[in-house]
Amino acid sequence: MMVMGIKGNQLPEQDREETLEQRLKRQGVSRRGFLKFCAAAASAMALPPSMVPAIAAALGSVTRPSVIWLSFQECTGCTESLTRSHLPTIESLIFDAISLDYHHTLQAAAGQAAEEAREMAMEKFKGEYLVLVDGSVPMADGGIYSTIAGISNIDMLRDTVENAAAVISVGSCAAFGGLPNAEPNPTGAVGIGDLMEMGEIASKPLINVPGCPPIPVVITGVIAHYLTFGTIPELDHLHRPKSFYGDTIHDRCYRRTFYDQGKFAESFDDEGARLGWCLYKLGCKGPTTHNVCATTKWNEGTSFPIESGHGCIGCSEPKFWDAGGFYEALSEPTGALGTAAKTAVGVGVAAGALSAWQNLSKRSGAAAEREKVTIDDLEQK
Amino acid sequence: MGEANELLLWAKGPAFEWALGIMIFGIVIRLIEIFSLGRRVDYSVARENSPGSGLKTIFSRSYKVELSTPQVTRTVITGYIFHIGLLITVALFIPHIEIWRSIIGFGWPGLPTSIVDFVAVITMLTLLVVLVDRLTNPVKKQLSTIGDYLAWLVTFLPLLTGYLTYHHLGLPYTEMLAIHIISVELLMIILPFTKLIHSVTIFIARWYNGDQFARKGVAS
Repeated sequence: MMVMGIKGNQLPEQDREETLEQRLKRQGVSRRGFLKFCAAAASAMALPPSMVPAIAAALGSVTRPSVIWLSFQECTGCTESLTRSHLPTIESLIFDAISLDYHHTLQAAAGQAAEEAREMAMEKFKGEYLVLVDGSVPMADGGIYSTIAGISNIDMLRDTVENAAAVISVGSCAAFGGLPNAEPNPTGAVGIGDLMEMGEIASKPLINVPGCPPIPVVITGVIAHYLTFGTIPELDHLHRPKSFYGDTIHDRCYRRTFYDQGKFAESFDDEGARLGWCLYKLGCKGPTTHNVCATTKWNEGTSFPIESGHGCIGCSEPKFWDAGGFYEALSEPTGALGTAAKTAVGVGVAAGALSAWQNLSKRSGAAAEREKVTIDDLEQK
Repeated sequence: MGEANELLLWAKGPAFEWALGIMIFGIVIRLIEIFSLGRRVDYSVARENSPGSGLKTIFSRSYKVELSTPQVTRTVITGYIFHIGLLITVALFIPHIEIWRSIIGFGWPGLPTSIVDFVAVITMLTLLVVLVDRLTNPVKKQLSTIGDYLAWLVTFLPLLTGYLTYHHLGLPYTEMLAIHIISVELLMIILPFTKLIHSVTIFIARWYNGDQFARKGVAS
């Protein structure tokens, strides 16, 4: 899928200058195959079929842009998601269209040679290279909790982003902080967008591709869009491409009709679960989760979590680890209600007793001070 | 990043804790105040020994209603519709039942969402009629205080925001859901300190009246 050079991924010059179409041709992919790929790319980007010739023209002539992939506090699940797709796919073709100059997991080089590859790419393609990040960045205690080649994540990111053309955050950790950012967040983990807002790194065009992991075609679709148009796709307020994150899982869910009918699975092995009823009561977070799982699906379009009988855990939303239990209904309060109720009763009884004492003493005081009227008093009046 | 999700988490978490706490605190303090006031000992002999009159009156006051004038008829009918509508939306909408289950430990069967949706619309329309009636009827208008309008508003808002949330109108779902939950929390906080406390004290008042009337020989 991705051929890495011995020293980092530094490609021979003629290889880098080769256009995607030329490269595919050399690999035995026909013009027809290339156009099929362009059609798939258009579909992935939610573009009309009329755009296919434009994509073909753009991708056919594009030379391979340099991409630096930085992995910080992450589990490599995002890379696994992208690389485990079956061949030949749009994912593999798209990765042929870029020059992945630095990627911990995939590059052959190690140690000093690997870091040199990154530095060379940054120097040579200053202002042109793309930075892909997966994983969050620890900021507590000077960022000491994650280092690469003795360089803290924040320093490496700051240095690399400084002259980047754009940044793509792959996965929820890079986009929003993800698991490392979950309470109590001991490493002070934050996402890339937050670092830009905080002024810790340079502000560059940012595309978030959240998910734990994200759907492979979403990341490749974003790259295809960038290669085709030289711009970033339309984004929502969380910097997610609208074409992929515009709708909620719930809105596109094939079980939505059962939600409307009030038919819910009560457990994972009851009659309702077997009949494919709505998983809301079992904790599905579909109504508040924006992603394209319900339509694009996973594993070559085989299925998605709800289709296999498990509720959506909301993995493409910020703070999804802290948004209540995965098996608690979305509407359920998340606080310690028992403690709140007991405290309220205790304080209420104390305050009520005080108020009652005040009222009673006011009444007895009034009774004691009341002047009694005698018959003589009345007769005098 | 992710202010909408933060707001929803706050609404479902600490805000709900506080709202529940303030509501319980308010109800407890008001009940203690009411009970601690006490009543003078009644030395007269009861005219009629009618055990159970208090309990009976709690229910009889709900169905033994004399529709004496068109105004009363309007008040009673709209009152019935929006109270029953509120009960259905609060207690029979399945996501709401899940909240009850998490608070009191058990749930019950709910209604299809489309039926609750219809009931919510009827309830909102009825509440609007009630408001117009309060604003146009000279007697009601004269009797109304700011507390009455506040009570109406905090009752109406959860219905409206809930409807908008379900239909994905106005704001994105996550924001709207957070606002809906916050509007309910507003209702919970205000409930003990306005006339909405009648949702608790009505049972005490009816029981007391029923019991007293029975003592005086006019049991319901």
